[in-house]
Amino acid sequence: MYEHLETAENRDSLKRVVVDPVSRVEGHGKVTLLLDENNKVQQARLHIVEFRGFERFIQGRPYWELPVLVQRLCGICPVSHHLAAAKAIDQLVGIDPAYLPVSADKLRRLLHFGQVLQSHALHFFHLSSPDLLFGFESDISKRSIVAVLSEYPEIGVQGVKLRKYGQEVIRMVSGKRIHGTGAIAGGMNKSLTKAERDYLLEDIDQMITWAEGSVALIKKVHCSNLPYYDDFATIRSNYLGLTKPDGALELYHGGIRAKNEHGETIMDHIDYCKYNDYIHEEVRSWTYMKFPYLLSLGQEQGWYRVGPLARVNNCDYIDTPLAEAARVEFKAHSGEAMVHSTLAFHWTRLIEVLHCAESIKVLLNDPDIMGSDLVAQGEKRYEGVGVIEAPRGTLFHHYQVDENDIVTKANLIVSTTSNNMAMNESVRQVAAEYLSGRELTEPLLNNLEVAIRAYDPCLSCATHAVGKMPLQLELIDAEGKLIDKLVKHSDGQIERDNA
Amino acid sequence: MPKPVLLFGYGNLSRGDDALGPLLLEYAESHCGLDEVEVLTDFQLQIEHALDLESRRLVLFVDASVACVDAFDFTVLEPARDKSYTTHAMSPAAVLDVYQSIKKQTPPPCFLLSIKAEQFELGDGLSVNAETNLVEACSFAGRLLSNPDLGFWLKQVNAV
Repeated sequence: MYEHLETAENRDSLKRVVVDPVSRVEGHGKVTLLLDENNKVQQARLHIVEFRGFERFIQGRPYWELPVLVQRLCGICPVSHHLAAAKAIDQLVGIDPAYLPVSADKLRRLLHFGQVLQSHALHFFHLSSPDLLFGFESDISKRSIVAVLSEYPEIGVQGVKLRKYGQEVIRMVSGKRIHGTGAIAGGMNKSLTKAERDYLLEDIDQMITWAEGSVALIKKVHCSNLPYYDDFATIRSNYLGLTKPDGALELYHGGIRAKNEHGETIMDHIDYCKYNDYIHEEVRSWTYMKFPYLLSLGQEQGWYRVGPLARVNNCDYIDTPLAEAARVEFKAHSGEAMVHSTLAFHWTRLIEVLHCAESIKVLLNDPDIMGSDLVAQGEKRYEGVGVIEAPRGTLFHHYQVDENDIVTKANLIVSTTSNNMAMNESVRQVAAEYLSGRELTEPLLNNLEVAIRAYDPCLSCATHAVGKMPLQLELIDAEGKLIDKLVKHSDGQIERDNA
Repeated sequence: MPKPVLLFGYGNLSRGDDALGPLLLEYAESHCGLDEVEVLTDFQLQIEHALDLESRRLVLFVDASVACVDAFDFTVLEPARDKSYTTHAMSPAAVLDVYQSIKKQTPPPCFLLSIKAEQFELGDGLSVNAETNLVEACSFAGRLLSNPDLGFWLKQVNAV
C-alpha cells in the first residue's frame, strides 16, 4: 500500500503540483502532489469538497417533505437520495420493508433500476469511454464524447439512448424527470398505467442488446492489455455492500455484507438499521471528507470500497441470466476470489447496466406494477434508517423526528465518502508507479484523473456555471512561487501560462 | 409530435439563484399561453437532452449566470465543443453539438436566456438582486413566448 505518501517529511522544501479541479468528476476535486527536486513524489492527496450542509438543510423540516427535498442535494443522483429517504421515513410511519405493499416495492425497484442504468450509462459512455477507447495518454482532443461519437458513432449513440431510456423509466414511475414524488412514506403515490408500461416495453429489448454489447466491449478493452488494466491504480481492499438473503446481488434492499481482500466474510446479513454498531467515520485535518471504516478492523485496516466492483465481488450470484453469465466471466478472468483492479469498476458497472435492463424487463411484465394497493401505514416511530445501493455505492440516510414530525437529527453517509480512502490510495499508487521521477505532462496527469474517475465519485452540488470546470495544473516551487501553469480545455485547447 | 417550441429551464430550486431557470418556467406556466410550448426542467444539462431538441421550431434555454452584465442576456446558440464536455453539467452549446453528432443535421434555432445570479448555497433563497432580475427576465420571456417566431426572436437578440 501507499500510506507512506499521505504525509511527506520536509514538506516545505518540496514542489507542489495541483490538479484543480479534477474534470469529468462531479463537483470539485483537487489533487496535490509534493515533489522533490528530482520530481519524485513525496506526498499525494485527493482533497474533496464534501457534501457540507446536508444535515443542516434537512433538519427542521417535516419528514414527509424529505423524498422531494433530498433530491435537491444532488443533481446527479436525486433518485438515490429520494429512495434512501423514502425507506427511512417508511419506518417513521411504522412500515418495515417486509410490510411495504408489493406493488410499491416493485415500483420502487423499477425506479431504482432506471436510475442505476442511466447513471452507469452516462459514466461509461460519456465520461470514461474516451479514455478507455483512445488511451489514457491520448491526444486531449480525443478525450470527449464527441470524439467517441465521431469515431465510434454506434457506441456513442447507444450511450445517449441508454441514458435517455433510464430517464424515461424514472419519468414514467415518478411522474416527472425531476422533483417527482414517486415514493412517499409507506409506499408510492402512483402505479404505472398500461400505456406507460407498454411505452417502456417498446425499447427494452434493444436496451438489453446494447447493454450486452457494452459488456462485451469493456471486456475486450480490459483484456486487450490485461497486465496494465489489472495493475493501474489497483489496491487491495475490503468491500462492502448489500446482498439479498441468499447472497444474490441486491441494489434496493438487503443486509450488509463485507468481505476482506481474500474474499473471506467480515460480516454478513447485518441489519442496516444498526450500521452505527459496525461503521464509524474518521476525520482528518487536510480534507473535508470523512474516512469511514469497519469498527471491527479499526481505522488502519477497516477502510473499504463500495460501488459496482464491491457489489459484484461480494455477491454469490446475480439473479438475471445474462448479467450472471457476465459476472462469472468477469470473476474468472482474475483467478482470485476478489477482483481488485480499480479499472474493473468499469467492467462491473456495465454488468450492472445489463442486470438493470434485464430486471426492468422482468418488472414491466409483472402486473403488480399496475396495482392499486400502494400505501401502508403503521404506528409512528421517532427514528428511521434507509439504505440503498446507489449507483456509486452504499448510501445511508438516518433521521430522527420529534412529536411534531419535524426532523431533529439527520446523518448521511454517501457512497463517495465510503470510497474516500480507496480513491486516495489509488491516487498514491498512480503517483508512485506512473508519475514519480518523470516530467509532469498533461497526459501523465490525466492518469491521476482516470484513477479517480473509475470510482465515479459524485461531489455534486447541482449548481453549475457555464465553463466553470477547466483543468488547471499549477507548479509551485519551494518558496511558494508559481513557476508554471497549464489550463486544459476539453476541446483540445491548452493554454500555458509561464509566470 | 412534440410541441414546436421548447422552453427548457435548468437549475436547482434549493440552491439560491440557481433556481432562476426553473422559476421562470413557473412564471411561464402561470402567465403565458403555452399551446405551442413544451416546458421542460432539469437540474443540469446532459447528453440525452439533445434528443429533446428533435422536431422543434424554436428552443429557449433559460439558466442562471454569474457572467451576465445586465439583469439578463439573450443570445443565439451555436453548436460548440466547449469545456463542459468533461463534466456532469454540459453547456447548451455542447448539447447542440451532441445533437449535431447524433442526428447528422443542424439543430433547430436555439436561444439562451441567461439571468444574472450571485449566490448558489444549498438552502438559500433567491438573492435580492436575482429577484429583480427574474421579474425583468420573465417579462421579456413572456414577449418571446407570445411571439414564437424566429424573426422576432432574432430581433430581440439585437435589441438586448
